[in-house]
Amino acid sequence: MREKAVYLLGLLGALVMIFNLNTVFNKLPDEAMQGAVYRIIFIHVPAAINADIFYTVALITAILFLATKNFIWDSITVSCIEVGTMLILLNLVTGSIWGRNQWGIWWAWDLRMTSQLMCFLLYLGYLLIRPAIAEPTQRASLSSIVAIFAYADIPLVLMAIRLPNVRTQHPGPVLETGQMAPMFKAPFGIGILALFLIGTALVLVRMHQETSQREIDSLRRELHAA
Amino acid sequence: MKHGLLTAWAIAQKDLRTELRTKESINAAASFSLVILVLFSFAFDLGREELYAISGGLLWLVYSFAGALIVNRGFAREIPNDCLDVLISSPAPGWAIFLGKAVAAFCLLIIVEMISLPVFGLFYNIRWTESFGSLAIVILLATWGITVVGTAFSAVTVNVRLRELMLPVLLYPILIPLLIGAMGTTTALLGGESMTGDNLSSLRLLIGFDLIYTSLALYLIDFVLVF
Repeated sequence: MREKAVYLLGLLGALVMIFNLNTVFNKLPDEAMQGAVYRIIFIHVPAAINADIFYTVALITAILFLATKNFIWDSITVSCIEVGTMLILLNLVTGSIWGRNQWGIWWAWDLRMTSQLMCFLLYLGYLLIRPAIAEPTQRASLSSIVAIFAYADIPLVLMAIRLPNVRTQHPGPVLETGQMAPMFKAPFGIGILALFLIGTALVLVRMHQETSQREIDSLRRELHAA
Repeated sequence: MKHGLLTAWAIAQKDLRTELRTKESINAAASFSLVILVLFSFAFDLGREELYAISGGLLWLVYSFAGALIVNRGFAREIPNDCLDVLISSPAPGWAIFLGKAVAAFCLLIIVEMISLPVFGLFYNIRWTESFGSLAIVILLATWGITVVGTAFSAVTVNVRLRELMLPVLLYPILIPLLIGAMGTTTALLGGESMTGDNLSSLRLLIGFDLIYTSLALYLIDFVLVF
């Protein structure tokens, strides 16, 4: 039952995504300055927003694990960080493609790009250290701590790259000043929703895998002990 | 609180004494930093102006490499003879053990830095003595940041497979904001700027980093040591 609900959620996300891609590619006109490539905004920005959402959930569940020692929180943390990191990668890759088209270079050490890359590296550390710890309680505790440390670093990274030696050429005002053309607003919102639904479905699948994995491990240990 | 601080001081003294008698990590870190300084001179063939422009970055790369070597030993030193288990089960509070180890690593790293700074000035013909006063503030703040995060992660990775590899993978991304601040300010100070404007805001970043991570590490260390 639970499994079916999860797959249904994923399917719903995929349908919303297909619907949105259809709107984006077939119905919206090209943008005046950038031509066709502006359409990346409907994947690129929603990926970043959703990654932030999943990382924030991971922070909360990491703290909850340390407070309660309930493994369900640890499963949510690792699932959210995996999905968040995947979304950051999607964000970086799409951004890089856009940059090659618009700026002529794949990468610029710009404020937002640098911060996203740092974010990616920080959580990559989390994903690398997890499999290196054998004992389950230890693995969950230590990786929760790494998750908290990583999240605490994000505001500092944002502050550090605002120091004078970092240049900015990433477009930003469209979202922050609300100057986005009205016809772009709906596909943009739906883009966020689609990735959120798909991401949540992936988190739920991964959580289930984590729980099963832990059960298998404990059965194996019992067997060895007997 | 007072008891904890005394315990921390005792642990710091113990670590420093062990290290200064055996010199196992300090020798390695000092010679490693010299080797890196020599390697950099082959990597870049630069004029005088350009050298000053990259001086801060160069110096802090050397310091952070040496720092990783030193903090790696922090908790690993206690593994033989199950000393770590004894430390944890002793009445010493977790934060005091951590603070003691961080202070010891800080002193060791400062010693290594004070050895490699004159060598750096000598090899690259960079005048650092005039700005040493303000440079010292940056060095003290950033070194504390490196050792406090490094010691915390050395506690995290002490029981982990491939400990020596895991520590840098975790440590350097976390240190990025600190290193950006320290590198920028050091370059500016070596180039003859004073501690105002942008350099002051870098300094604030270093102080903020130190405060946030010191308190976070002191609070979370119990979860690291006892799970």
